[in-house]
Amino acid sequence: MKYLHLVWAALRRRKVRTGLTLLSIVVAFLLFGLLESVNSVFGEAGHTVGSAHRLITISRTGLFTPMPISLEAQIRAVPGVEAVTGYTFFGGSYQNPKQVIGSMFAVGRNFFSLYPELKVAPAALRQFDATQTGAIVGAALAQRYHWKVGEQIPIKAMIYPRKGGSYTWTFDLVGIYHARSPFEEQDFLLRLRYFNEAAAFGNNRVGLFVEKIGNPQGASGVAAAIDALSNNSGHETKTQSDSAFAVDFLSQFVDIGLIMHAIMGAVFFTLMLLTGNTMAQAVRERTGELAVLKTLGFTNGTVLSLVLAESVLLVVLGGALGLGAAALAVHLLQHQIGAALPMMPVGGAIWLRGGTLMLLIGLLVGALPARRGMRLRIVDALAGR
Amino acid sequence: MGALVEIRSLSKVYERGRQRIEVLHHIDMDVQEGDFVALMGPSGSGKTTLLNLIGGLDSPTEGSLTVAGERIERLTQGQLARWRAAHVGFVFQFYNLLPMLSAQRNVELPLLLTKLASKERRRNASVALQLVGLADRATHKPGELSGGQQQRVAIARAIVSDPTLLVCDEPTGDLDRQSAEDVLGLLQELNREHGKTIIMVTHDPKAAEHAGRTLHLDKGTLVGGEQVAA
Repeated sequence: MKYLHLVWAALRRRKVRTGLTLLSIVVAFLLFGLLESVNSVFGEAGHTVGSAHRLITISRTGLFTPMPISLEAQIRAVPGVEAVTGYTFFGGSYQNPKQVIGSMFAVGRNFFSLYPELKVAPAALRQFDATQTGAIVGAALAQRYHWKVGEQIPIKAMIYPRKGGSYTWTFDLVGIYHARSPFEEQDFLLRLRYFNEAAAFGNNRVGLFVEKIGNPQGASGVAAAIDALSNNSGHETKTQSDSAFAVDFLSQFVDIGLIMHAIMGAVFFTLMLLTGNTMAQAVRERTGELAVLKTLGFTNGTVLSLVLAESVLLVVLGGALGLGAAALAVHLLQHQIGAALPMMPVGGAIWLRGGTLMLLIGLLVGALPARRGMRLRIVDALAGR
Repeated sequence: MGALVEIRSLSKVYERGRQRIEVLHHIDMDVQEGDFVALMGPSGSGKTTLLNLIGGLDSPTEGSLTVAGERIERLTQGQLARWRAAHVGFVFQFYNLLPMLSAQRNVELPLLLTKLASKERRRNASVALQLVGLADRATHKPGELSGGQQQRVAIARAIVSDPTLLVCDEPTGDLDRQSAEDVLGLLQELNREHGKTIIMVTHDPKAAEHAGRTLHLDKGTLVGGEQVAA
């Protein structure tokens, strides 16, 4: 700590250069914080959605190939399966095409018994059962559009018109469910029975089946038995665990993690070149001063540490400001847009990863200039050679 | 009792590619404790090289160099750094202060290598600045001081850790006559009143007059007799 003023003085030597470098570090870590916040949502999806007691069955040819609803009864008869429900993707927009409700499904009446983590009032469930056009939505989604129970919600379907050709479906909101995180409170659920009766096409077919199993250890055997039901048929299935399905589902659209890491890799590579250049210039300009320190008795190790500390301080300072700005930005966005924002708060895990990255970058960009400072010969440096 | 600085058959050779330049040839020299020695000679005579060797900034090619009983040519880089911190104060022609630090902080620099607490470091630096007559300029940065004042701050930095030996390389080379006189007077005072042993390289015969004795170097060899000040 007694050398801190020396390190600080070195950083203040060229205020504009240090300021600009600091700004680039702030921006890089702001971006890091925002991307990590988005990435965490997808990482979370694989962990929180998954239940060891659930299996998911989809068509072997892909999620968007529907399967006959008649399969549900056969699956229910498979030993180890305690309950099963089918549901299908609906998809639509509210009020204008930009307000897409991406997570909209027609579900069977026992849907909530397979997802006990989604909490809904029993009265709402009874109402859902009794109302042909009933719908239950997640709390975060309801909050986003200020929906209240009892309201009628017109939805413009993306795929399925009603019999008669209209794409507008009007639902009666009968309940709101709550979950562990806002990410899980984004669903708009309508009755599969209503969909089968009213849709112009796609009736009596579902996109996936969810099975509740009693013994997770026997999951692979149950999955194989379910898939065996449709072997050599026109609708072969693929059954997997809930978590595996969630990860597969996300990665079939795009490998979010890969894209995030590619962007961050490019950003940090550029940052390292920029900061490394700043540090190299800073040390080159101070060759004489470092020689004076060594003349006074500062050892090679101390000079090395001083330069490394300078580069680490620069990166940590910029990084902390950047991550702080990211945390604030996510907070403000969530406040503005609501819980529907697909971002997690910039929490401890992101700060830990960011902090580690700051230290690593600081040490890496400082390494060469620090080595140069450590190895300079006093008499040559004092003579300006 | 032996001399504070004992130099025996000291040589220094620089190699630049295939070229071999012998800068100092078998120098023998003693400096007693409390001496104020001026080293004079033409450019390239090896004055600064000799001073660098005595100050432990460079290593000799041959010969022995004993300062306060320590054979410093045998010390490793790390040991030499610690030895310099404990035993030598340096004054350079161009002051070599750190421009971002105040006079007080510059003077405190050598004390960072000691175990003194921050409060003691500040107090010692203040005393040193007072000794060189710059107590009122403690918060000023080098750029806010005249050349003579900067050199006095450099002298305060050199003496703050109470070193065994002061080595001064052309300490008045960048100063006007009046400032040079002030700095030389200060060195003389440190020598006479505080018993500091000083070895000073200079081109200036007037500056050398302030020393107790003057040695002449030419082409890497000590020449002629000593001139002892009256």
